[in-house]
Amino acid sequence: MNPFSSGTRLRDMIRAIRSCKTAAEERAVVRKECAAIRAAISENDQDYRHRNLAKLMFIHMLGYPTHFGQMECLKLIASSGFPEKRIGYLGLMLLLDERQEVLMLVTNSLKQDLNHSNQYIIGLALCALGNICSAEMARDLAPEVERLLQFRDPNIRKKAALCSIRIIKKVPDLAENFINPAASLLREKHHGVLITGVQLCTDLCKVSSEALEYFREKCTEGLVKTLKDMANSPYAPEYDIAGITDPFLHIRLLKLLRILGQGDADASDCMNDILAQVATKIESNKNAGNAILYECVGTIMSIEDNGGLRVLAINILGRFLSNRDNNIRYVALNMLMKAITVDAQAVQRHRATILECVKDSDASIRKKALDLVYLLVNESNVKPLTKELIESLEASDQEFKGVLTAKICSLVEKFSPEKIWYIDQMLKVLSEAGNFVKDEVWHALIVVISNASDLHGYSVRALYRAFQTSTEQETLVRVAVWCIGEYGDMLVNNVGMLDIEEPITVTESDAVDALEVSIKRLNSDLTTKAMALIALLKLSSRFPSCSE
Amino acid sequence: MIHFVLLISRQGKVRLTKWYSPYSQKERTKVIRELSGLILTRGPKLCNFVEWRGLRVVYKRYASLYFCMCIDEDDNELEILEIIHHYVEVLDRYFGSVCELDLIYNFHKAYFILDELLIAGELQEPSKRTVARLVAAQDSLVETAKEQTSSITNIIAQVANTASL
Repeated sequence: MNPFSSGTRLRDMIRAIRSCKTAAEERAVVRKECAAIRAAISENDQDYRHRNLAKLMFIHMLGYPTHFGQMECLKLIASSGFPEKRIGYLGLMLLLDERQEVLMLVTNSLKQDLNHSNQYIIGLALCALGNICSAEMARDLAPEVERLLQFRDPNIRKKAALCSIRIIKKVPDLAENFINPAASLLREKHHGVLITGVQLCTDLCKVSSEALEYFREKCTEGLVKTLKDMANSPYAPEYDIAGITDPFLHIRLLKLLRILGQGDADASDCMNDILAQVATKIESNKNAGNAILYECVGTIMSIEDNGGLRVLAINILGRFLSNRDNNIRYVALNMLMKAITVDAQAVQRHRATILECVKDSDASIRKKALDLVYLLVNESNVKPLTKELIESLEASDQEFKGVLTAKICSLVEKFSPEKIWYIDQMLKVLSEAGNFVKDEVWHALIVVISNASDLHGYSVRALYRAFQTSTEQETLVRVAVWCIGEYGDMLVNNVGMLDIEEPITVTESDAVDALEVSIKRLNSDLTTKAMALIALLKLSSRFPSCSE
Repeated sequence: MIHFVLLISRQGKVRLTKWYSPYSQKERTKVIRELSGLILTRGPKLCNFVEWRGLRVVYKRYASLYFCMCIDEDDNELEILEIIHHYVEVLDRYFGSVCELDLIYNFHKAYFILDELLIAGELQEPSKRTVARLVAAQDSLVETAKEQTSSITNIIAQVANTASL
């Protein structure tokens, strides 16, 4: 017998690998182990197959190729002992994925194991099947799994339920076979069977409209009752999390009720009371409670309208928005985005808090809040909202500035009530974040200015002022330079002064100096210099005295 | 559904990976690299959710390990935080004050426990007591089988000894 075929114990191999100081050292140890394992495999070693597969799995997690061990999984699964099957199925799930043809070879073993006298072995098979089966395997073994939905042991029933989910996702045609057995699971008392049964029904509804109709008609009332019992149940230590009995079951039930109530007035009616109860009674000081409330709000917003409930839901979201916990604020913003399509007015009421979130220190929250604000803008609130957003622009970091600038420009263009307001806002944006403004945007600004003949004087003066203070913003310089070139005479002669303007004294040489500075400044790129030169050219014909 | 579960250490070492959606071996390596970069660099005060490739990844740090679960956009992120915690508590109960080293040397046991908690990317059992009981029952099946093998080996050894006398 090859003295190396027994190899090291798993523990020793792991220790040896961990004590390696360099990647090269590690590779050497792994190579040696793999060689020993390969030798054992080619000798069809039975005694250490179990340990060798465990070693292979560890090596696989380190990132090394281990496909030579795939057949070992099959051999272990085909063994008669429980320990061998346990590690064999685990290896199968880790080392293979559903697209590999080797997987098909396991189908027969699976079939036998699904009929095994030892229920733990049935469990192993259901788990493996539920995690990685292909469509063909699903089709082959569906009848076995269907049968197991009614097995005597609840732990098998719950595994069968989840395994069925994979089957109907892979082969949606089979869905109708599972409708009736799934419905019976809903009447059980065992929590594991209940949550998996509810999940199975939920997924059945997504792939089969027949299933949806069936559950809606036959099961809605029962589900409402189950949720009521959960909500009213006394303390149950086995399922208690943060003072709530089985939050997971609460959430699954709410999800299924959402699907059943959507688009159906009767079903929605049926669940109004329990939704109100959950929304008002669940405490929101711990994550578990908030998770339930979040789901409840989602359900309320999706089912048919009940005015009172909607108000309740939006108020919960409002409270979430001011919660110190970042996670809660994040999910609130998420849900509010979906709520806009259902009740935009209610969401508008929380505008102030949402605007606060645009300045949040958490990047994920800032981005979500900005997306939400964008959806909230309309003709009546565009002015105050834009003002707030521009203020946020000043405080935001480089990464966020780009996104924020783009959104502001888009809003301003879409909703401008007057041209002068548009020009003002664009000027502020250019001064603050001109470098982030896209070409199409400042081109459009120039077009607007040139078309607004009554605002030519105003524009050039405003741009001149801005130019004095913010020369680092390239785009601002370009627009300013263009305006000075076009309307330099208005600038110098204060033509077309509006009432709101303060007088400004600009001589012809001041204007020319401004252009000169633009050409000479260090950061000016070719476009800016070119534009400045053209502007100078235009001015030279208008200010003949400054031609030098 | 949960598309995959990742456990990575602060140094980016993979301690556990479980995939419930089809990802080839190459894709898995890429995903792990991308997410490690994304998650390990996030500050401590930020929210526990990152958006990635149209999906969402919920992560929570426990001591030196990051537990990550990738979900669909319309799943309940807060619930996933509870599921992660559920797993951690079962591990804690099983190993008795679990630490990263336990999960390194007994990675297969961490997988066995996860398999009693999730199948097909969905939650299987809300009771920690039940999960612990099921894992313990299977562990004792393994123990019994080991004892039987060694007792058979003993008998054979004894027979071989007496035969050689």
